Amino acid sequence: MASKAPRHEMPTQEAKVRAQNFNEVALGYSAETAIEEANRCIQCKKAKCIEGCPVGIDIPKFVKQIAEGAFSESARILKETNTLPAICGRVCPQESQCESKCILGVKGEPVAIGRLERFAADHEMANGNTKYEKTKPTGKKVAIIGAGPAGLTCAAELAREGHGVTVFEALHVPGGVLMYGIPEFRLPKNVVQQEINNLKDMGVEILTNQVVGKITSVKELLENGYDAVFLGTGAGLPYFMKIPGENLNGVYSANEFLTRSNLMKAYDFPNNDTPIKIGDQVAVLGGGNVAMDAARTAYRLGAKDVYIVYRRSMNELPARAEEVHHAEEEGIQFKILTNPIAINGDENGNVKSMTCLKYELGEPDASGRRRPVAIEGSEFELPVQTVVVSIGQGPNPLVTTTTPGLELNKWGNIVADESTMATSIPGVYAGGDIVTGAATVILAMGAGKTAAASINEYLKTK
Amino acid sequence: MYRVVKRRELAEAIVLLEVEAPAVAKKAQPGEFVIVRQNDNSERIPLTIMDFNREKGTITIVIQEVGYSSALITDMQEGDSFVDFVGPLGIATEIENYGTVLCVGGGVGIAPIHPIARGLKEAGNKVISVLGARSKDLMILEEEMRAASDEVVIATDDGSYGIKGFVTHGIQSILDKGVKIDCIWAIGPAIMMKSVANFTRPLGIKTIVSMNTIMVDGTGMCGACRLEVDGETKFACVDGPEFDGHKVDFDLAMKRSGFFRNEEAVAYDKIKSCKSGKEGK
Ligand SMILES: Cc1cc2nc3c(=O)[nH]c(=O)nc-3n(C[C@H](O)[C@H](O)[C@H](O)COP(=O)(O)OP(=O)(O)OC[C@H]3O[C@@H](n4cnc5c(N)ncnc54)[C@H](O)[C@@H]3O)c2cc1C
Ligand SMILES: Cc1cc2nc3c(=O)[nH]c(=O)nc-3n(C[C@H](O)[C@H](O)[C@H](O)COP(=O)(O)OP(=O)(O)OC[C@H]3O[C@@H](n4cnc5c(N)ncnc54)[C@H](O)[C@@H]3O)c2cc1C
Ligand code: SF4
Ligand code: SF4
Ligand code: FES
Repeated sequence: MASKAPRHEMPTQEAKVRAQNFNEVALGYSAETAIEEANRCIQCKKAKCIEGCPVGIDIPKFVKQIAEGAFSESARILKETNTLPAICGRVCPQESQCESKCILGVKGEPVAIGRLERFAADHEMANGNTKYEKTKPTGKKVAIIGAGPAGLTCAAELAREGHGVTVFEALHVPGGVLMYGIPEFRLPKNVVQQEINNLKDMGVEILTNQVVGKITSVKELLENGYDAVFLGTGAGLPYFMKIPGENLNGVYSANEFLTRSNLMKAYDFPNNDTPIKIGDQVAVLGGGNVAMDAARTAYRLGAKDVYIVYRRSMNELPARAEEVHHAEEEGIQFKILTNPIAINGDENGNVKSMTCLKYELGEPDASGRRRPVAIEGSEFELPVQTVVVSIGQGPNPLVTTTTPGLELNKWGNIVADESTMATSIPGVYAGGDIVTGAATVILAMGAGKTAAASINEYLKTK
Repeated sequence: MYRVVKRRELAEAIVLLEVEAPAVAKKAQPGEFVIVRQNDNSERIPLTIMDFNREKGTITIVIQEVGYSSALITDMQEGDSFVDFVGPLGIATEIENYGTVLCVGGGVGIAPIHPIARGLKEAGNKVISVLGARSKDLMILEEEMRAASDEVVIATDDGSYGIKGFVTHGIQSILDKGVKIDCIWAIGPAIMMKSVANFTRPLGIKTIVSMNTIMVDGTGMCGACRLEVDGETKFACVDGPEFDGHKVDFDLAMKRSGFFRNEEAVAYDKIKSCKSGKEGK
C-alpha cells in the first residue's frame, strides 16, 4: 500500500565537516528508509515517470521490488535498461527528468526515484554482483572510441550480444568525465571502477593510453578487422572567456582544475605527485554543474573564499538545484549579476584580481531568459589569486579531423541520425557529448545504447 | 608493459632510455612526443621522442633530472617498466627540402633535435647542427648528431669545448662564413629558444621552436599547456609543440612553466631524502 509519508530526505555529511574532506556528501538511504520511500509510489498503471527517463527505465517495477525488500531483483530490473544505475542514481538531474513527471509531484513531492535507484545499485554492489551470462561469440568485432558513459554503455550492450568489443581510451583510466570531471565527493571513483570491472567481466577489452587520431585512425580500425566503430569522444575542449589576463598563472580551465584534483589526485599531494595550487580567494566563472564542482573542490583544497561569478541571477543558474544548495551550505559565495572583463596579474605573472562589471536583468532574449545588461560605471575589482574558467566545453577535434568523410556541424560536433546514431560513414556510429555538445550522463548512455542496437542490426548484414 | 630495454647515462643527470612501445613506435615521427607515468601515483610527464625503431617496436627518450618526476625516471633501470606511455602526441615536424637548414640544440634539447636533423637530411637538406651545453661533460649525443648532420658546430658556456659562448655565437660563426640559411629549428631551454628567435628575427630567417610547457593530458582537454603565439592562445600539445619562434611570447611561457615551482620542490625533497637514505645503507 502506498504510504502518505513525506519524501524521505537524503542523509548527508554535515556541511561543515564535508567541506573539509573529499568523501561522498550524500550517504545513501538505509534499507528501512528505502522501503518506506518505495512505498510512497502508487504504482501508476500509466506511469508518467518512465517518460521522463531518457532510457525508459521501468520505474514502478524496480521501485516495487524495493518496497518488497527484494533489492537484488530491483537491481536486476534496473540493469535491464541501465548499465550504470549506481552512477545515474547519483548524478542524473532527476528533478528535471523522471521525478519531474511523477504524479505525486503534482500536489506534493515526487517519489525519490534517483535515490532509490542508487540504493538498489549500491546494495547490489555491496552484496555480490549478478554475474553476466556469457553470450555465444558472434565473431564480429566493434571498436569503441572513448570510455565515457556513451562508449561504456555501447560496449556493454554489444558484448551482451556476443560481439567482440575493444574500447580505446586516450587517458590512463577509463570512465571519461565520470573519472576526470565529476569529483569524488559526488561520485566516488570506486563506484565507477566497479562498473568498469563488470564490463571487463563481460569480456569487454579496454585499452588505455590510446589516442585515436594519433596512434590509429577510424579508417585503420575498419581496415584492420573491426566491423563497426562507435565514436564517444565527448566534449573535452575547454572554452575560455577571451578576456585580457586569461593566460596568467593561477587561471585554470575547469577541466584542468578538476583533472588535477580528481584523476591525478592532486588533493592528496605530495602522496600523489601531481600538484595543484590554490589561492585564498578563488573565483569560478560560470553557473553550471561544472562550476559548482570546481567551486566545491576549491573550497575543499583549502581556499578561504570561493566565489561563483555568474552574469545572470540565481534563478537562471543552469546547475542542478541540489548542487547549488549543497554549495551554498558549504559556504560558497554567489556573486551573481557579475561578469569579469579582465584578469589582472602581479609582476611575476600571478593572478591578483579580477576587474568585474555589475549587471541587471533586461528584456528576455532568444532563449526566453532575461538578458543581463551591464550597469554603467559599476566596474569594481575583486581580489582573487585563482580563477577557474568554467563556461563550457566543445568537441575535441583529434578524431573528427583525422576521419575524412565524417560530417560535422558548424560547432564541430559529429552529425548522427537521431534514431540510429549512424554517421555519414557506413559502419561508423557516434553518440554522447561529441554529438549533442555537453549534456548529461544519462543522455550519453541513451545514445550509446541506441547506437549499439543499430550496430547490432548493421552487423547482421555483414 | 612499456619496459625499459636499454639505459645509457649520457651526462650527469641525463639518461637515455629505450622503451618497448610497439604501437607508438609504428606511428612515431620527428617532432612528436609521448606522455609517461612512472608509477601509479606519478604525474603525467611529456617527453620528446628522440628516436624510434619500428622493427624492434621501441621508442627512445632522453630525460634530464630537474625535479621529482624526472628523477624517478632517470633512476629507472633496464627491465623496469612505465605504467603508462601514451603517444605519439603533437604535430610532427614538417620535413621538406628547404635547402640549407640549421638544427640548434641546447642541453637536453639536443635529443629532440636529433630525429628532426636526421629527417631533414634524408629529405635532401644540407643540415648544419649547432650544439650547445654549459660545459664539455654536459654535451650529449654528439656522435649521433654528427651522423645526422653535414656539419656540426659546438658551443659551450665555459669554453671547455668548441666555441666559448652560447648557441647564438655558433649561429653567428656560420653566418660569418657566408652560408645562406633557409630555416632554423631550435630546441632547448626557453631562454635559449628566446635568444635564438631574437637573434634571427632581424635577419628574417624562419625559426621554429618546440615549446615545453606544463602539460596534463596532452590531448587538448585541459588547456594547461596554453601559450600565446602572435597574440593568440594556442595549446602546445595539439597545436604544437613546434611554433614560429618569432611569434611566441616566451616571457609568458617562462612565467607559466614556473607556476608550480614551490609545490614541485616539496615533492623533490621527498626523493632527495629517500635517495640519501639509500646511500646511507
Ligand atoms: C565537471 C562535470 C560535472 C558534470 N556533472 C554532471 C552531472 O551531475 N550529471 C550529469 O548527468 N552530467 C554531468 N556532466 C556531464 C556528463 O559528464 C557528460 O555529459 C557525459 O560524461 C558525456 O559522456 P560521453 O561518453 O559522451 O563523453 P565523456 O564522458 O567526455 O567521455 C569521452 C571519453 O573519450 C575519450 N577520448 C576523447 N578523445 C579521444 C581519442 N581521440 N581517442 C581515444 N579516446 C578519446 C576521453 O578521454 C573520455 O574518456 C558533468 C560534466 C562535467 C565536466
Ligand atoms: C612537449 C615536451 C617535450 C619535452 N621533452 C623533454 C625531453 O625530451 N627530455 C626532458 O628531459 N624533458 C623534456 N620535457 C620537459 C619535462 O617534461 C620536464 O622536465 C618534466 O616535466 C619535469 O618534471 P619534474 O617533476 O621532474 O620537475 P619539476 O619539479 O616539475 O620542475 C623542476 C624545474 O624544471 C622546470 N620545469 C618544469 N616543467 C618543465 C617543463 N615542462 N619544461 C621545462 N622545464 C620545466 C621548472 O622550472 C621547475 O622549476 C618536455 C616537455 C614538453 C612539454
Ligand atoms: S536513469 Fe536517471 S532519469 Fe532514468 S530513472 Fe534513473 S535517475 Fe531517473
Ligand atoms: S509516477 Fe511516481 S507514483 Fe507513479 S509509478 Fe512513477 S514513481 Fe510511482
Ligand atoms: S596538455 Fe592538456 S590541453 Fe594540452
